[in-house]
Amino acid sequence: MNRIDEKFYELKAKKKPAFIPFITAGDPDIQTTKALILEFEKRGADIIELGIPFSDPIADGPIIQASYYRALIKGAKVAHVLDMVSELRKKSEIPIVSMVSYSTVFKKGYSKFIENSVMSGLDGLTIPDLPVEENQEIFEIARKNDFKVVCFIAPTTTDQRVSLITQKAQGFLYYISVVGITGIRDKLPDDIIQNINKLKQMTNIPVAVGFGVSTSEHAKLIGTVADGVIVGSAIMREIEKYAKKPSEELVRGVGEFVGQLISGAKG
Amino acid sequence: MVTTKTKVKTQEYRGLSEEATFPDKAGHFGRFGGKFVPETIMPALDQLEKAYLQAKEDPSFNAELEYHLREYVGRPSTLYYAERLTKKLGGAKIYLKREDLNHTGAHKINNTIGQILLAIRMGKKRIIAETGAGQHGVATATAAAMFGIECDVYMGEEDIRRQALNVFKMKLLGARVIPVASGSRTLKDATNEALRDWMSSVRNTHYIIGSVVGPHPYPMMVRDFQVIIGKEVKKQILEKEHRLPDYLIACVGGGSNSIGLFHPFIEDKEVKMIGVEAGGLGSEVGQHASTLTSGEIGILHGSASYVLQDEDGQTLPVHSISAGLDYPGVGPEHSYLKDIGRAEYVSITDDEAVKAFQECARLEGIIPALEAAHAIAYTIKFAPRLSKDKLIVICLSGSGDKDSFEVAKKLGYNI
Repeated sequence: MNRIDEKFYELKAKKKPAFIPFITAGDPDIQTTKALILEFEKRGADIIELGIPFSDPIADGPIIQASYYRALIKGAKVAHVLDMVSELRKKSEIPIVSMVSYSTVFKKGYSKFIENSVMSGLDGLTIPDLPVEENQEIFEIARKNDFKVVCFIAPTTTDQRVSLITQKAQGFLYYISVVGITGIRDKLPDDIIQNINKLKQMTNIPVAVGFGVSTSEHAKLIGTVADGVIVGSAIMREIEKYAKKPSEELVRGVGEFVGQLISGAKG
Repeated sequence: MVTTKTKVKTQEYRGLSEEATFPDKAGHFGRFGGKFVPETIMPALDQLEKAYLQAKEDPSFNAELEYHLREYVGRPSTLYYAERLTKKLGGAKIYLKREDLNHTGAHKINNTIGQILLAIRMGKKRIIAETGAGQHGVATATAAAMFGIECDVYMGEEDIRRQALNVFKMKLLGARVIPVASGSRTLKDATNEALRDWMSSVRNTHYIIGSVVGPHPYPMMVRDFQVIIGKEVKKQILEKEHRLPDYLIACVGGGSNSIGLFHPFIEDKEVKMIGVEAGGLGSEVGQHASTLTSGEIGILHGSASYVLQDEDGQTLPVHSISAGLDYPGVGPEHSYLKDIGRAEYVSITDDEAVKAFQECARLEGIIPALEAAHAIAYTIKFAPRLSKDKLIVICLSGSGDKDSFEVAKKLGYNI
């Protein structure tokens, strides 16, 4: 059984939402990323969303863009990210989903990319710029490898598209809470709970919610209805704050912040 | 009379006439094109496609578009025989399609008028655009002013520096120019930022992409709004020369003026098409923007096409003296035309373009845009090799007024 399915199965029995922190691979460096993943796991994170840095991310706001930029400047390569995951697998079984641009997946060859991801120990991927209709084959290849292609649903997605997407979706659905890009927001949309509940009625696949989820209060609110809570920009901003500090201090500080989010989400 | 039409042999090519031939329904030009965008904007693309396909069949929409192109833009633009340039080169007879004579001084307005009419039809209250050289930004701001719609234009800080005149014009026209400081601070980054804006504003905003790039339906729709260039050329050359030209030459950044010129001639196999890319300072990475001549297939800004990327799919830096050609991608239809061998793509360096810029000014009394100067520069090399009975049509995509400061600086003048 895929680690993602296992995790949601386990959490369903406990009636708790999954907490899914996002971090950019290679910011500030690839070894710190590895240490952060282990730290998040220790503090109770359920699944890791690992951003593979990309030069032109369209769905990301300034915070994640800047973290991608820092990682790329330091020379982060796809191969390094996969090597790090292989290393990590010696110590950890936490489910890891990469977030990667289709520019990268396409350039590497999607079949090869999935093959290499599986070999490294990744459990799935999300491709924010790949709508389901553009590549049917990728879902098939993933299925054969017990690998998950996580699909997005946005507040603008029509009911017709929701059924098209839920038919394809694997692992969990990533519900985009806001009409917009990733980033820190003071307030979540008023209709968020209603929208999540509506989506949950349309599918049996776990629904995780991200984009704009920034505080432990947000995490708590989302955690009451969704199967998973995803926080990205708020964590990356913490990492940015520790940019000039030693790695251990960064890991401890960001770990504490993530710990608070987890307490929020799990209520 | 138009000569016998020969069909291009490809699987996708079904011999349908004009715009209907490609892309296919999902926006693919062979292995190029498509829609590679976040889910948030997928419904907007569907809405846009539907609205566009309906508008295209609506006589009142077409009448309104024609009215504005005629009365406001000043179409048709002339097809001018460049006699002194022809004589100097001593080879093929050269015609210039004078898109520089359009209102706002470039071909970009053909597309912005079309798209703004569509935006109004869709009930959108706000317009956004990206711009490189500023020509598309000015054309968008102009159309927005004329129709009284709010307009925000994203522009890279580097381009803002290079194109101060166009920045001022946009502001004068009532648009907000939003500087983009990310990445290389040029057209690519302005496009990213406009797409990000659209991710948040999609419900009330229409994004006017300025070239034949981006996700479907943009490459098809922008082409359709630009084919007026080629359609007019076809009519004008038949009147003047009673036959079709032997060569069409146009510059290619994203590729809208060139596709506008080329597309109506695709079935006329005897007409050869040459797209001229920015060779910049040389062939090393980061020194040029020759996407078709040195790139590989990849995904950028929502479609599959030739792109300049590294082995991880990261966009590579590009350079051109011309802000309008300084782009690491290209329209998918050009990639397709290259693959099926229907068009040929070459590149011209910054220095060659600057020389052609001056040559055209001195010989013809026309200061061409630096983008178009690339097409002229290639013609300067190419025309002398052809016999005098051959015909070349160059798309003079825009006026060089906007480039005068940059060229003056390059030539050591202080103005």
